[in-house]
Parts: sequence; structure tokens; C-alpha cells
Amino acid sequence: MFELPIQQLIFLFVAAVAVFAAFNVILQRNPIYSALALIITMCALAGTFLMLEAQFVATMQVIVYAGAVMVLFVFVIMLLNVRTEEARQDRVKYLKLVAPLLFIALLGEVIFVARSVTTTAPPLATTGNEPAFGTVESIGEAMFSSYLFPFEATSVLILMAMVGSLVLARRRTMSEAETLGKLIEESGKPQLTPAEPVAKLEEKKEEIAA
Amino acid sequence: MVPLSWYLALSAALFTIGVAGVLVQRNVISIFMCIELMLNSVNLTLVAFSRFLNQSTGQLFVFIVMAVAAAEAAVGLAIIISVFRNRETLSVDEESLLKL
Repeated sequence: MFELPIQQLIFLFVAAVAVFAAFNVILQRNPIYSALALIITMCALAGTFLMLEAQFVATMQVIVYAGAVMVLFVFVIMLLNVRTEEARQDRVKYLKLVAPLLFIALLGEVIFVARSVTTTAPPLATTGNEPAFGTVESIGEAMFSSYLFPFEATSVLILMAMVGSLVLARRRTMSEAETLGKLIEESGKPQLTPAEPVAKLEEKKEEIAA
Repeated sequence: MVPLSWYLALSAALFTIGVAGVLVQRNVISIFMCIELMLNSVNLTLVAFSRFLNQSTGQLFVFIVMAVAAAEAAVGLAIIISVFRNRETLSVDEESLLKL
């Protein structure tokens, strides 16, 4: 028996939690359970960030990801009242045979690569003037000096996302719908009624079934 | 100390699980969550390399990835809501209007 240092034991525990929860994300049929499992994965990843001495990133992971983003997901799931997905039949039968082979090949590749890399972390530089690694200070200094342009670009992106999601998710008012209808009529193109694609879909299904 | 390869292996495992989820799931929201999982595993790689190269710029990229992920989640969920309003379904198999 070889003995593992306490750090490696902690890493193995956190990694096992993360992988188990990640499997839960993709295997649960009910999206709300997937969301809860994803929150556990993110918290476990925050633990690995702490082990990598990235305290600020770990905090942001919990606040932004596990907090804000996942609350948005859970909110939408609740809002849309998603039913549990029923089991479906596979359309391609041989995939069940190919998948384990590909999995074993991938696992072999990962083990092969992982065995060849045995780097351990270099000691942290402890010079007096430099801000400590992983703190708000060191990240903020980089963010507002050499990486100012990406930072500003991100803020523009977030503004665009905000406006875009507002435009996409709001309901059209009655007057807007009327103007849109008039415009479509004036253009003289054939109108696509909502019933049409559904009917087409059902025709297609019947064709497939026949 | 935990070697770098362990972090990379964990990241690869999570990314693969995310890809498998995108392929397996039929629910748009679940597929979206699998994409978030993949983004998270990439974040782990960035943070690990930032520690092992002793440069904090990697952590800065993680922030940008987080911001992009948050923006993507907001826009994507808005699209999902407006699609659900028109079609009353979340299954990707039935959202094939753009398919010829």
C-alpha cells in the first residue's frame, strides 16, 4: 500500500463528487434534478480552485455560477413547468455497441497522457512588492492594465446580451403585432401560419411510419 | 502536492461528460446545462495552468469565460422562453423548423 498525502486525498474526494454529480446532470430525466446536480459540480470545482490557490476565482464560481446563473436556470425550468422527459427509443441501434469501444479508447488516451505528465506546482513567489497569487489585487491589476481591452469588450458583450434577452423574451404588444401583420400582407409573400409547420411535421411522421 | 495531470484528467472527464450530455439529452434546458458543464471544465484547465505556470493571467481568462457564460445563459434562456411560447415544447427533436 502506498500512502497518499492529505492534499491528494482531498483532491480525489472533490473530483469524485464532481464527476458523480456531472453524471447525474446528464442521466436525470427531470431537468430540475439536473440543475441541482450541476450546482454540486460547480461547488466541487470551486473546491479544486481553492486547492490551486485561486481564492477569488473560487468565490466567484460559487457566487456567479452556482448562485446567479443556476438560479436563472431553475427559474426558467419552474416558469416553463417542464415535464419529466419520457424514455425514448433509440433511432440508431448500433451506437450502443460503438459507445463502449470509444469510451475505452478515450480512457486509454487520458491515462496515457496523464502518466507522462508529472509536474508538481512550483513554489509561489514570495517577493515583497508583488501582490500575492490568486488574490483580488493581482487579478485586478492585470485586468485594468494589460488586459483592459478584453475587459471593456466583455462589458459591451454583457450589455448586448442584456438588450438581446429583453427583446427576445418579451411579448409583442397588440399594436406591434398588427403593424407586423400589415407589413407581411403588403410584402405579398405567403404567410406562414402557425398550424402549417405542425401539420407538415405530422405528415412527415406519417411518411416515416408508412 | 497534486500533480498537474490530475487536474487535467478531471477537466477532461467533466468535458467528456458534458459532450455526452449534449448528445444524449433531448431537453433544450438540459443541453444548455451540459454546455455550462463544459465551460466549467475548461475553467478548471485555465486555473490549473495559471497555478503551475505561476501567472495569474489564466484566472483573468476564467473571469471572461464566466461573463460570456452568464451572457450566453441569459440570451439562450430568452430564446428558449420565446420558442416555448410559440411551440409549447422543449424537445429538440420537434424544433426542426429550420431543417429542410
